[in-house]
Amino acid sequence: MNIEDIKRSENKVYSKPELLNDTPMHYCPGCSHGVVHKLVAEVIKEMGQDNNTIAVAPVGCAVFAYKYIDVDWIEAAHGRAPAVATAAKRLNPERLVFTYQGDGDLAAIGTAETIHAANRGENITIIFINNAIYGMTGGQMAPTTLEGQKTATTPYGRRIDLNGYPLKISDLLAMLPGTCYVTRQTVHTPASVRKAKAAIRKAFENSMAGRGTSVVEVVSTCNSGWKMSPEKSNEWMVENMVPFYPLGDLKNNSEK
Amino acid sequence: MAKVIGAVDINRERCKGCNLCVVACPTDVLGLQPKEVNDRGYHFAYTVNPDNCIGCASCALVCPDACIEVYRVVEK
Amino acid sequence: MKGNEAIAHAAIRYGVDGYFGYPITPQSEVLETLEALMPWETTGMTVLQAESEVASINMVYGGAATGKAVMTSSSSPGISLMQEGMSYIAASELPALVINVMRGGPGLGTIHPSQSDYFQATKGGGHGDYHYIVLAPATVQEMADFVGLGFDLAFKYRTPALLLADGIVGQMMEKVVLPPQRPRRTPEQIKEQCPWAATGGSAGRKPNIITSLELDSAQMEKNNERFQRTYRLIEQNEVRYQEYFTDDAEYLLVAFGSIARICLKAIEDARARGIKIGLLRPITLWPYPYEAIARMADRVKGILVVELNAGQMIEDVRLAVEGRVPVRHYGRMGGIVPNPAEILDSFESQFNL
Repeated sequence: MNIEDIKRSENKVYSKPELLNDTPMHYCPGCSHGVVHKLVAEVIKEMGQDNNTIAVAPVGCAVFAYKYIDVDWIEAAHGRAPAVATAAKRLNPERLVFTYQGDGDLAAIGTAETIHAANRGENITIIFINNAIYGMTGGQMAPTTLEGQKTATTPYGRRIDLNGYPLKISDLLAMLPGTCYVTRQTVHTPASVRKAKAAIRKAFENSMAGRGTSVVEVVSTCNSGWKMSPEKSNEWMVENMVPFYPLGDLKNNSEK
Repeated sequence: MAKVIGAVDINRERCKGCNLCVVACPTDVLGLQPKEVNDRGYHFAYTVNPDNCIGCASCALVCPDACIEVYRVVEK
Repeated sequence: MKGNEAIAHAAIRYGVDGYFGYPITPQSEVLETLEALMPWETTGMTVLQAESEVASINMVYGGAATGKAVMTSSSSPGISLMQEGMSYIAASELPALVINVMRGGPGLGTIHPSQSDYFQATKGGGHGDYHYIVLAPATVQEMADFVGLGFDLAFKYRTPALLLADGIVGQMMEKVVLPPQRPRRTPEQIKEQCPWAATGGSAGRKPNIITSLELDSAQMEKNNERFQRTYRLIEQNEVRYQEYFTDDAEYLLVAFGSIARICLKAIEDARARGIKIGLLRPITLWPYPYEAIARMADRVKGILVVELNAGQMIEDVRLAVEGRVPVRHYGRMGGIVPNPAEILDSFESQFNL
C-alpha cells in the first residue's frame, strides 16, 4: 500500500483537536502546556461541552490560553482564578467551569483563593501545571521549586533555611473535605498523556455531576527555565520532580 | 498475520522542532530537518523512515503543538 | 431600616444575581441582611461570604464576566484590598456595583464615619486610567435607590459603578420606600443585553473572551481611547447634583453624602440670621458637576467645602471655580462629625462675617 492510500480520512487516527484553533501557541518548544491544552480541548469536545464551558485563565505562561482553545474564557488576575471560577459556576451552575493555573498562580499568590474554593467544594476543576519555576517572568523560584534547584532567584540552588520548603499543595488540597478528586499526572510519554487525559475527563465529569472540587496536577517541564533541552527536561523531571511529587491519585471519591 | 502500517502528516509551520516526537517514536520514523527551517526558523520534524511507521500515534500524543496527524491501516 | 439593610433589600428587589462580600464594620449588615433574607430561595440570587475582599471582588469580576448583575460591599480598608480587582473590572468593561461605606482612615483607622476615600473613589484607586461612576447617597432612601441606579448606569455604559456612602448613612435608620420586586433577567435577556459576555453558551457565535491584557501597544492605546470615549459620554449625560437655596445665595456650601444634610441645617440657621447661604450637593462624584459649580461661582462671594476629611473634594471645586471666588474648606477627621453650629462658626470666621 502506498503512502497516499494510507493517508485517507477514513484511516486517520489522530489529528489536532477541533477546539484547538490554528493560532500558533506562544509556548517554548517542548513545553508541557501545549500537551495539556490539547487534552483539555479533546475532553471538552468528547464530553459534548464545547458550547457549555467557561474557562478561567491565569497569570503566568498560560495567560494566553484563551487564544488557543475555542470556548468562552475569563482572564483572571494573578492567583484569583478560583474566586473568578467560583462566581462563574455558582451563577451558571449548568456550565462546565474550570481554571487553568501554574504553580506560582495557584500555590503562591493564589493560595488563599485555591484552598477556600476547594474547601467550599466549588463544583469546578482546577488544572494545575507544576513545573517548579516561574516561566513567564524568566525562571524565578516557585513555591514548588525543589530543594537545591537553581533558578534566577536561587542562583546557588533553593536553600530551605533561606527559602523554605517546596509546597505540596495538592496534598494539602486532598485533605480538604470539599475536594472529591485530586490526582497528579505527567504528560512526558504517550502512556502518561493517555492517563492524564483520563484524569481530566474524570475531573470534568465530577464538576458536571456536582461532586465538589477536582484538582488535576500535571508535573511538567519548563525547559527554558530549567535551561535544558525538552528531552533532557523530561529526564530531569522523572529523576527529580516525580520522586518528590509522586504520581497517581491523592484522593478519588469520583463515582464510576 | 495482519500487518499494521501507518503514516504521519506533519504541519511544518506549526512545528517548533522540540524533538519530543523523535524521542517518542518506537520505530525511528522521525527526525528533525538538519538544515532546512520553517518560516519561524525552527528545524521542523519530518519522516526520515516513513516506511517504518506503524501508526501508533505516540509522536502525536506527546507533540505539544498538535502538529502531527496520524493514519493507520491494518492489512490482512 | 438602616441604610445598609436598605441596600440588601434593594439588591434583591432589583433582581441582582449575586452578592459576594466579606464582613467589615460599618457595613456588615448588608451581608447579614442578605443571609437572613435567603434570596436564593425566592429570586434565586446567590449570596456568598468570601474568604477575603480580594476574593470578593474577583468573584464579582467572574460573575460580571458572564453577564450577571453582581455586587459587593465593604468599607475603606476592604475597598483598598479590592483595588486591583476594581481596575480589572473597569479595564474589562464589565458592569458591576461596588459599595463603600466609608470609615475613618488611614490604615486600620476607626470604625466611625468618614469621607476620606473621595480621592480613591473618584481619581482611580487602582492602577491605570479608569473611572467608576461614583454615586454619593445622603439618605437611606438614596441607599436603596442608588443600587438600581448604579446597576442601570453600569449596564448602560458597560462600566462599573461605585456607591460611596459613609458610616452615618449606613448605620442611620430612616423610613424608606423600597422599589418593586423585579424578576432576575433570563438567560435569553442576558444574551441580548450582554452579547459580549462569557456565558459559556457559545453555540452560534465566536467564543467570548473577557480579558484586560493586550501586549500590542497600538491596540492597547486604542482600548484606552475606547474607555475614554465612554467616560466622556458619561460626563456628558450622567452628572447629577442637587441645589438648595441657591436662587438668592450670596455664599455657597458644597458637601456630599450625609454631611450635606448637616450643612442644610446650618444654612437654615444662617438664613434665620439673615445670611444667605446655598448648598450644592453633588450626587455623582464622578462625573463631577464642574459646570454647575462654575455657574454658582459667578454669582456668590465665596464657597465653603465641608467634608469629613482633610480636604479632598475641595480640589474638584477649585478646578470648577478657577480662582474666581475664594474657596475654603472645613473638615473633621477620625470619625468626628461636626454639628451645624461648628460649620457655621467655621464659615463665618473663614469669610470674616
